[in-house]
Amino acid sequence: MTGTIMQPGVKALWDDVESRVAAGDRFAGLFATRPTEVAGSVGVAGSAGVAGVAGSAPITLSAHLATAGGIDTLEAALPPGAESYPALTPRLGAAFWYEREIHDTFGVVPEGHPRLAPLVRPCSPETPGDRALPRHVTGYGMFTIPHGPVRSGVLESIEYLVETPGEAIPHLNMRVFYKHRGVQDAFAGMTPADAVLLAERTEGIASVAHALAFSHAIEQIAGCEPPMTAQLVRVLHAELERIANHLDVAVRLADAAGLAVATARLALHKERVMRLVSRLCGSRFGRGVVVPGGITAAPLLPPAQLRAELDQLAKPIAADAAALMATSSFLDRLRGTGPLTPERARQHGALGPIGKAAWPADDARLARPYDAYRALAVPSARSHRAGDALARLRVRWEEVDQSFRLLRQVADDLAERAPDPYSVTCQPASGRAVGWSEAPQGEVLYDVRLEAGHITRCHPRSASFHNLVLMHEVFAGDILTDFPFIEASFGLSVAGVTL
Amino acid sequence: MSIWVLRGLRDGVVTTRWPARPDDYADTWRGPARPVPAALSSDAAAALSSDPAAALSSDPGTDSDTLEALCPTGAITVERGGNVRVDQGRCILCGHCVAERPDVFAWSQGATGPGAAALTRDQLIVPELPETDEAVEAARARLRERTAALRRSVHMRHVDAGSDGSEEWEIQALLGPVYDIHRLGVFFTASPRHADVLLVTGAGARGMTVPLRTTYDGMPDPKIVIAVGTDAISGGLLSQSDMTTGGIAATVPVDIWLAGSPPSPFGIINALLVAVGKLARDTNPSAPARLTTGPRGGRRSR
Repeated sequence: MTGTIMQPGVKALWDDVESRVAAGDRFAGLFATRPTEVAGSVGVAGSAGVAGVAGSAPITLSAHLATAGGIDTLEAALPPGAESYPALTPRLGAAFWYEREIHDTFGVVPEGHPRLAPLVRPCSPETPGDRALPRHVTGYGMFTIPHGPVRSGVLESIEYLVETPGEAIPHLNMRVFYKHRGVQDAFAGMTPADAVLLAERTEGIASVAHALAFSHAIEQIAGCEPPMTAQLVRVLHAELERIANHLDVAVRLADAAGLAVATARLALHKERVMRLVSRLCGSRFGRGVVVPGGITAAPLLPPAQLRAELDQLAKPIAADAAALMATSSFLDRLRGTGPLTPERARQHGALGPIGKAAWPADDARLARPYDAYRALAVPSARSHRAGDALARLRVRWEEVDQSFRLLRQVADDLAERAPDPYSVTCQPASGRAVGWSEAPQGEVLYDVRLEAGHITRCHPRSASFHNLVLMHEVFAGDILTDFPFIEASFGLSVAGVTL
Repeated sequence: MSIWVLRGLRDGVVTTRWPARPDDYADTWRGPARPVPAALSSDAAAALSSDPAAALSSDPGTDSDTLEALCPTGAITVERGGNVRVDQGRCILCGHCVAERPDVFAWSQGATGPGAAALTRDQLIVPELPETDEAVEAARARLRERTAALRRSVHMRHVDAGSDGSEEWEIQALLGPVYDIHRLGVFFTASPRHADVLLVTGAGARGMTVPLRTTYDGMPDPKIVIAVGTDAISGGLLSQSDMTTGGIAATVPVDIWLAGSPPSPFGIINALLVAVGKLARDTNPSAPARLTTGPRGGRRSR
């Protein structure tokens, strides 16, 4: 259901993107590719007509748009040797971080971009100017608190630059590049069988969703479909991952509010979910299950036992969630905190629980169903518009409830099915495809190009990358002590942002 | 608020008593891959030793190449004599080798099994290299000297140097009711100034080199560094990346190497206890862990 449309130039590309977003498509990402010489041939399909040495080869810009049934890719090649192009960001704000990433990676300048500071690549020690604190708001008593990258608590490395007169936060900046690992480059040259392992480690807390999105791309190239049992097991792990992630967010929120018992209870539930995952596959993060073409092995628990375990988990989680949502001192901290307006959410195409709390954001499981979601009755979500931390938590609890309903269907279906093979052969030689899945954080996209059975370029786009930039905009009237709530309510992983 | 009082009592005590008492989940934990004893399958070994013609036809070089090629991170080496070794510090637990050659490779069992909480980098190579034993004893003696000052309470600080995010979850689980690290007298601290132990996760992202080093330098002596996870030990799948240092040892001196992708919370507790000398580990690494009641005395766990 995906299509690639080549445009004659960057301006035509932006015109097309803008008109399609105005017509209701959702902007889902903007990537750049520069073909490199791989073993004597031009490594990247799609630009194969333009041979050249790496460095002077023209860059291709690919914009991804989510439509009713798939992901459309619109592309344009920059003229050979071009060092700049007119930026998309002034016309479409959602491209803000994407164009900074392109600038970081390829050095090509998006002309007219409002702020080209380093985003995903660390500042080099040779350019200390980049390390200066940005100051956007000036005035009497204004100061900037650099917070990070090593912060209090067991957290991923990120630096928040909080501009404040003391309590209010008129401006926030983020430096996310500290833990850039070079994941995209590491994909190049791998076989799909190895690359799926790296996909699992691209955003470790959403291992299953990333492995799925990657595998879907490979399966699209190969034109194969995993057996039904494999599809069900994929849903099983994806939904357990969702529950664990949503519980993790709830733990952090309860912890921020100082609710010791609620924190402990929710952490206990999360641990039990992770133990169930490890008893199903050996890994607490569902790693090593999903491979292109299917799954590696049958779940280690029989479906009947799985069903019983699910029932044992679901009830106490629902009860503690209800108790948490009836604790007024907790709700007071979340209500109206970190609001994202429906207009901004729509403009940005906000994903996952952050998006669903503010606008009718689509869910890949419903809008572009994959694997067993096509056969299962995926419960549709209630609509929210408040966009605050409370609405985000409500969305998560509803999703946990949905996940358990899906999981019961999966367990029942697995019990009824005669075991079929766990995977089909899936070893495509060459091609390009965009795969997707719905991670707990929102939609994950993988733009994968293969040549001679090896990956030439793989661009993962996590929901964390797409959504984190919105943290700039949600501090309406919020103060420093609201910060932990807002950060926790976003529920994103920095690993998925910087890659 | 009173609802939470009752809810808190609902499940009774859920906290593990490990390591004072055995814990099924810790003992059945699936650790990194290892070669099965009598590594090369008996058929192949027999072919190599007794029947030169068969050995020639099934070129041993090909077999060792295929075995080594099973591992995406290069953890497998086949020595000339046919000895297969796995560097658990590179193993990301993908299971490729165990699935393809169950006659040669198996999972190691238990969160404290071989390869868990190694005192030298080489100790992670199984079966161990001949010179490992003395090196481990020397490392243990050096560590004991430094940690003698640490008494009952130990404070630790965590730094993420390019993790995938999963190691943070497992470290955080230590604060939950199941693992409850406080029962062992171990606490997290926000300031490196209070920290005795530094837990480092991640492949050693270049952007974190300076912050990691600054945190380490900010800690008072004596200090202990634990590399948490295969990424922190060797970089894992990102060991060749220009943007990482292929593990954190390039930036800070590592005392304890804890393999796993990610390691289990039990593995992290075990590493901590080994680090501060609260756990007597017999020279037989598969022996069950037990708490010391050494000269510093007292019960270390309730």
